Amino acid sequence: MSKDSILKNPKNLKRRKLINSVMISLCVLAGLITIIPLIYIFFYTTQSGISSLNLSFFTQLPKPVGEEGGGMANAIVGSLILISIGGLIGIPVGVLSGIYISEYSKSFLASVVKFTTDILSGVPSIIIGIFAYGVIVIPMQRFSALAGGFALGILMIPTITKITEEMLKLVPMSLREASLALGVSRWKTTLKIVLTTASSGIITGILLAIARAAGETAPLLFTAFGNSFWQTNIDQPMAALPLQIFTYAISPYEDWHRQAWAGAFVLIFLVFVVNLLVRFVTRNKFSGNL
Amino acid sequence: MIILAMVFYIALEMFNDSHESRDKFGFGFIFSSEWNPVKEDFGALPFIYGTIVSSIVALLISLPVSIGVAVFLSEIVHKSVRTPISFLIEILAAIPSIIYGFWGIFVFAPFMRTTVQPILESTLGFLPFFQGNMYGTGLLTASIILAIMITPIISAITRDVLKAIPKSQREAAYALGATKWEAIKMALLNARSGILGGAVLGLGRAIGETMAVTMVIGNKAQIVASLFEPAYSMASVIANEFAEASGSLHISALIEVGLILFGVTFIINSLARLLIYSVTRNA
Repeated sequence: MSKDSILKNPKNLKRRKLINSVMISLCVLAGLITIIPLIYIFFYTTQSGISSLNLSFFTQLPKPVGEEGGGMANAIVGSLILISIGGLIGIPVGVLSGIYISEYSKSFLASVVKFTTDILSGVPSIIIGIFAYGVIVIPMQRFSALAGGFALGILMIPTITKITEEMLKLVPMSLREASLALGVSRWKTTLKIVLTTASSGIITGILLAIARAAGETAPLLFTAFGNSFWQTNIDQPMAALPLQIFTYAISPYEDWHRQAWAGAFVLIFLVFVVNLLVRFVTRNKFSGNL
Repeated sequence: MIILAMVFYIALEMFNDSHESRDKFGFGFIFSSEWNPVKEDFGALPFIYGTIVSSIVALLISLPVSIGVAVFLSEIVHKSVRTPISFLIEILAAIPSIIYGFWGIFVFAPFMRTTVQPILESTLGFLPFFQGNMYGTGLLTASIILAIMITPIISAITRDVLKAIPKSQREAAYALGATKWEAIKMALLNARSGILGGAVLGLGRAIGETMAVTMVIGNKAQIVASLFEPAYSMASVIANEFAEASGSLHISALIEVGLILFGVTFIINSLARLLIYSVTRNA
């Protein structure tokens, strides 16, 4: 279509210019359409969130229905514990797989692992929840923070693997060769030279994965389950911020909605800060290399 | 290695845990529209229907917008505009889905009920898709929220693929006297398999999306043509009923729904990745 028609019909320039400007403006319009919901969601959440955010939100337990006030302190602590468990599982596995894919990229197995990681990143989070339920909740006979953390850990893996891989690829080959030429063994080169050089990038990747895991709700529904009291024992059901938002959001109580907005604001704020940070770090990295 | 083992293990585990339901209902599970936990009679058709319709409508809305954004960012605007906008769109992809759902029920669903649905009914009401009760929540609302959520994914991949198309091709088109749009169109045509891959990946994401859909789709197991009516999706039935499922057969049936969902997303994602690899590998 393209080149032939350009050559054969040089006359209808006016029509072509019209089509050109129509299509270009449609593209600009598409840009606007995409940004509007974002800005709307962002400002709406900030507005409703900040007005209901106060000290007791961070320090108090949820109050029973009908009583004003209360907070999500237990959910915030619960989220922190769940993410820590997730991190213990997700970070080592993710970083090691990333190293494997990047440093041994010529082997067939590495490309299979790469493909599988991509698939894993597309598996719906609720499926991961069912998996954690089958592996941990059924044998333990009760919902627990351990199962929730396990599910979050699996969700973190693909993000961390991907970024580790990309960051390691940015490390110049000559650095590796220099180290190997000095007689340093391969694993020590990888550990001391390559990993250290790429560490800031990998850390941002981990932060990104944590921010994502902090907002995950679906896999926690039937693993960590939620709890309205203080609970720091990891083999018991535990509250989590997104779970609490979900419970409050679908409830009919005005005061709970208000608190859910505050929780949503905390989550969005977290995501925003982490992304800003990642942007900042990766920009320095790329500009150094280009 | 662990990752590899894990993906297989996930599939195996779900296959094992759903044996009770598979033994009892066989393939009829996929085609039955009965879902009655009290009588222990389960069929997944309404959920499959809800998932497919909401995801495909979302894709139809999102695809042209995503391509438009990608072209806008990679071909039209200057770098100083591109950086902040692409950053904003990245954030859009990172917002937790629960927040989309929350925003969906409190802000977007009322807007749908009072503004969008009446307009659609009065203009396109002769179509069966735009008739019926206007609750605000329902298939169409879920689709639009999904569309907002998958646009960043599709447009990011479209941009990557467009970047992989050599600049010299566009320069050749300009040299032959093409307008800007004609040059862009040629790049898009050459990148089509990669864009398709991005679209399929977005579809996979939409199919698996749980929280946002659960909150706005209306959660009613029924099959109707109207997009205004509430429906149910595979992921949301699992989210709603799993923790309080009564018998082991109920849980088993829900896990089988999960297994179908896993199978579908697995196939879709593999397809998408292969398509994207085929374009970006040579870049």
